[in-house]
Amino acid sequence: MTEHVNRRPAPVGSADGQDPAREATRAVENVLADLGGGHRGVVVDSPPGAGKSTLVVRAAAHLAAAGERLMIVAQTNEQVDDLIDRIAGRHPAITLGRLSASGYVASERVLAHPAVRVAQKADDLAEHTIVIATAAKWATLADGSWPWAIVDEAYQMRSDMLLRIAGRFERALFVGDPGQLDPFSTVEVERWAGLTWDPMRSAVSVLLAHNPDLPVHRLPVSWRLPASAAPVVSDAFYPFTGFRAGTGHDDRRLEFQAGGMGTTYDRAVDEAAATGWALYELPARHTLRTDAEAVRATAALAVRLLQRGPVAHSEHGTNPVDASRVAIGAAHRDQVTAIRAALGPHGNGITVDTANRLQGREYDVTVVLHPLSGRRDATAFHLESGRLCVLTSRHRHACVVVARAGIPELLDAHPSAEPVHLGVPVKFPDGWEANQSVLAHLARHRVPGEGSSPG
Amino acid sequence: MIDTAPDLERLRGGAPPRNHDARTIAALTSNPGCARRGVLDAAGVDKDAVARELGFPAPFGQSQFAITRGNAFEAQVKADGGAELLALLRDHLGLDVPEVAYDDLEVVAGDEGRELRHSRTRRLIARALETGAGTLFDHPLLRLEIAGSPAYLEPDVIAFQLAGRLHVIEIKSFAVVDGQAEPEQVAAAARQAAVYVLALRRLVAELGHDPERVSHEVILVCPENFSNRPTATPIDVRPQLAVLGRQLARLTRVDELLAELPDDLTFEPGATLAASVRTVKARYAPECISGCEMALFCRDEARACGETGALGRSVRDDLGGIDTIGTALALADGSLAPSDDLAETAEQLRAASRLRAEALRGGV
Amino acid sequence: MSALSSLARLEAAAAGVAQPLATVRHCHVSDRPLVLVPLKLAGEAAAPLAVMVGGEPDDPTTLIVPQPRNRDLRFAFASALAKIVLNHIEAGRGAVEELPPGKDGEERIRYGDAPQLLVPNLGGVAFLRLLGRSTRFRSTEGPYAVDAAVPVFGRWLTWFADRHDHPGSSLMGAMTQLLRLHWATGQSSLEDGNLAALLGWIDPPDGLDGPAAAARAEDPVVSPPAGPATDPTFDNEVLAPAIAAYDRSGPGSAAEERLRAALTSQLAPTWDLMWRAVGLLRALPEGASVRGRWERDRDAFTYYHQTFGEAYPQPRRDPPVRAARRLHDLERAQDAYDAQRAFDDPLVMAEHRLAGQAFGGVVTDCDPTRLDETGKRPKLRPHLRVSTADPVRLDVGTTVCSAARPALKGRIVELGDGGVLLELTGGMGRKLTPEPGAVPRVGDRVCFTSLTDGSFGAAKFPDRENTPWTHGGPPEEYAPTEDDADEDWS
Repeated sequence: MTEHVNRRPAPVGSADGQDPAREATRAVENVLADLGGGHRGVVVDSPPGAGKSTLVVRAAAHLAAAGERLMIVAQTNEQVDDLIDRIAGRHPAITLGRLSASGYVASERVLAHPAVRVAQKADDLAEHTIVIATAAKWATLADGSWPWAIVDEAYQMRSDMLLRIAGRFERALFVGDPGQLDPFSTVEVERWAGLTWDPMRSAVSVLLAHNPDLPVHRLPVSWRLPASAAPVVSDAFYPFTGFRAGTGHDDRRLEFQAGGMGTTYDRAVDEAAATGWALYELPARHTLRTDAEAVRATAALAVRLLQRGPVAHSEHGTNPVDASRVAIGAAHRDQVTAIRAALGPHGNGITVDTANRLQGREYDVTVVLHPLSGRRDATAFHLESGRLCVLTSRHRHACVVVARAGIPELLDAHPSAEPVHLGVPVKFPDGWEANQSVLAHLARHRVPGEGSSPG
Repeated sequence: MIDTAPDLERLRGGAPPRNHDARTIAALTSNPGCARRGVLDAAGVDKDAVARELGFPAPFGQSQFAITRGNAFEAQVKADGGAELLALLRDHLGLDVPEVAYDDLEVVAGDEGRELRHSRTRRLIARALETGAGTLFDHPLLRLEIAGSPAYLEPDVIAFQLAGRLHVIEIKSFAVVDGQAEPEQVAAAARQAAVYVLALRRLVAELGHDPERVSHEVILVCPENFSNRPTATPIDVRPQLAVLGRQLARLTRVDELLAELPDDLTFEPGATLAASVRTVKARYAPECISGCEMALFCRDEARACGETGALGRSVRDDLGGIDTIGTALALADGSLAPSDDLAETAEQLRAASRLRAEALRGGV
Repeated sequence: MSALSSLARLEAAAAGVAQPLATVRHCHVSDRPLVLVPLKLAGEAAAPLAVMVGGEPDDPTTLIVPQPRNRDLRFAFASALAKIVLNHIEAGRGAVEELPPGKDGEERIRYGDAPQLLVPNLGGVAFLRLLGRSTRFRSTEGPYAVDAAVPVFGRWLTWFADRHDHPGSSLMGAMTQLLRLHWATGQSSLEDGNLAALLGWIDPPDGLDGPAAAARAEDPVVSPPAGPATDPTFDNEVLAPAIAAYDRSGPGSAAEERLRAALTSQLAPTWDLMWRAVGLLRALPEGASVRGRWERDRDAFTYYHQTFGEAYPQPRRDPPVRAARRLHDLERAQDAYDAQRAFDDPLVMAEHRLAGQAFGGVVTDCDPTRLDETGKRPKLRPHLRVSTADPVRLDVGTTVCSAARPALKGRIVELGDGGVLLELTGGMGRKLTPEPGAVPRVGDRVCFTSLTDGSFGAAKFPDRENTPWTHGGPPEEYAPTEDDADEDWS
């Protein structure tokens, strides 16, 4: 979570009946206008699915058209390849180079654009208008300078990484989602708490702490989240900077070609198809992280969903939902491994990953193993609002959450003794409040699951 | 809500309710899942006395060096009508502080009733809110409803009005060295300050003003580095206010807890005290030792029952749902066949046991 | 905390005595460590009250500040302690080792040994860090002049405290941490913070079991706290009157001696515990990587010692580049330390096996001369099937290496009830037939893991003067000021 939300002017009214497309377009135009405004940096906060990538592509083309050379910084190879595909597909005339480490094997998305040059040395790409690479790769460069940079997923990037690459550009556009997971470290980091350049703070947080006058924009409309989800996610995770759905309740519909068999799984996927949400609730019990029943249910729900032949109707037309459009999210790696194993051959092609790795991704339907399921005590890790935010904001149509009963009691009994560091801005939303808010909503979509009752 | 007052009085065994202060109120948030603590606190039972009576006195002694240092620092900061404090607010926080009045609301002589003192605080704060004048209030006497009965709070802090907003100033004698202080101590100060902010907000609301006129930003005044010079740091206590609000609301639901207790239960001193205390279930965790007077009694009880939680929350967490050490070990060595709901945990424990044995034997 | 160490805690609770968490020692223990047991005055940030210090169990030096609020007495204390510590640092260097020249041909040396400081607990480290902070900026000239040893001592204390944060470093150790690395007790980690209680579980005195020894250790009268905080009852009933008596009688008085005796009574039990703990650690066989990590410690010590004269005192807070660089160093050290401990110690590796990131078992099938001939040139790719009961949580395609010989690398080809099928890819020599003994044989016990030591590469950082605008631009150079020298220490 970021903190500068606190000192930003109140958000522009969004429920004023204005056309979301027009509102979003205006926001993007304001960003592009600011790129020519002489600022050293421009920040754009983008809630889930608010058109961040589209903005990056437009801004890149805008700068290129103005005759600027620019570098693009993404956080993972996956994200780099995505952006290459989008930019090259949309603006084939722009010369595009991909800087990569020696072990990189070009993905199909990159190979589809033969004009894109892949190189390991920046010198080989000197003539290219746009050079794109991961932050880690950029950090290996000791010289070279670009008039502009676009830093994508800037809230995912730790500020120490920004320190290592900031010498490569003169001005930069920072784009990211402030609601996602905080950067983390494997070591003790208290030493730097309170410093405006704390290496553990996000790149955006440090940037704004030293350059408080930079313009901060916000994309006001989520094109991913359906009307059933945008208010829930916005209220829980973006309390001061709300956003709305770009589509209405009637614009999206999920239906099944095959009828259900009346099992609890069917009831849960039916509820999710009808309302956008389902809480598949197993009997209360304290369990290991890899709770076999919950793991089985999570996998089975995803498989059941596919077996029912889901078809998604949306502003993009009517499309069958295949395994590639379904994701399963969990908090821990061992849960992910267990779910993968439980999926079996029927689940081939379904993405199963942790919240960390699902950041920035989009699917039609998601199944989520709730981070607090089966726990007796919550830790800061499990309560982190960004984790639940990522997990519950990846879908275009529906999200099924699997959890053991008892989370409200766990939250109720949660001791509040978080240490406080001087000079560290308070984080919003509080993980406790965000969890409570999401649960309150899910309670209205509860489907009791099958499971053995406590012994 | 049912009137619980008679029940609570019986629980105290006729003793007067223990006074809450900001520290005890702040402590309500530290283990809200503990029914034992909830009942004792709601009834205003003197937990320290109960623990002593039970033979487990709380190890919360305070060194006179620390007390002396704390008092001296506070007196120094407040001396001469808060002169040093005002300079600090001007220089350190860059506040444009005009000349302000200093009102000490403490009784000078006699034992004026708390009710009377509280109404004087009310009166002066009401006037300040009307005029918006800059004023420092020392020793205001505030009131907060705790589980249906009023608790008086006498903060050693100063409420300070600037530009129509009241700020709470909390003076603590732990050091801020190069901008950093012990995070646990800062957290405790923030929790206490939040209690004052909340009490002040309730007062402001009662006086017909917007409670938001009490800022959520409190000012922490501490000695700087290794000196006696004060330094001021703003702290945003919104998270603490949220937690406190939740827990106070929860305490009003104490009737639910009481409903499950025997009708004749009392915490009066005597031979049956230990049995009475055990009637109300505790939720012991090692963290209790630093904050709850009952902790050593509860620890003894938890250990005697072989509770896994006595070894730490994370240990219990690693064991999935298993509450007792004996069960966990019996599952680990296979001498106990697991019920269905423990099958998975048992499997992990057996694997852990096998791997430990293998490694200790000197295997691969 | 993992399920494995949690199980060890349960076993300890049931047995009434601590259980091992390691089969080898994971820290270096010097032949002559400098043990320090510091006490501070309650209510103050870093007002020293007393310290017991020395390199031999039967030769402690006790230094006290008879009136801890007296600035001159504090600096006299700092100066006396400085001399002991600095003397230990100089004596602890050992002979100079010549190393092969570096890349640019510069001479490289390494001291044959390095000093090791041991304190009872993390509070002791924090206190010495603050003591370092309060003394390193002092001036040896001007109106607030201090003894020349004081600022030097402050810088060294700061350096040691910083090294303590460095995962795997043994230059400054907190005894409770070192013991907890090797033993699990039947009490919580919070209670393990009490050195006497922790040792009571690990090595209970005759006639007592762990719980009884720990219970006795929690009584401050029988077992004074290991500092730096003192027992409040001692403060109120003994220390305060003794200091008051000193104030009346002055230096050299019988009152001063009584005060010293009172403080010694608080320090001596911890002093004995420290040396008992040193003995317990020494008795463990040293892990294979400990020597290498100590070598890094010696490198760091050599560098700081060699450049001491040219450097300023460490800044109050890390400037941006330094902070980022340090975080990187710490993460890199943590990564290596975690892996090395697992490779050194089957009990640590067992944690990774339980977590599914490693697996052990018996080789049931082996094709040691299998070749992969799909490429231009044939490659030696033996197949190995390992039968295991471990809950493997690795994906097909994961690269693993042998726990016993990390150079032996392989790739998981198949996972199933029959065990794990591995394709070995490296560490068998350069020929198309494996070096003798390189490929495990049928019936051998093996363990493979996805852990790697040294996967974390070095990183480039800008120079201080190139601190970017995003981080506030280049920070001002530190220059000592008058303010530093006369900073209150009251």
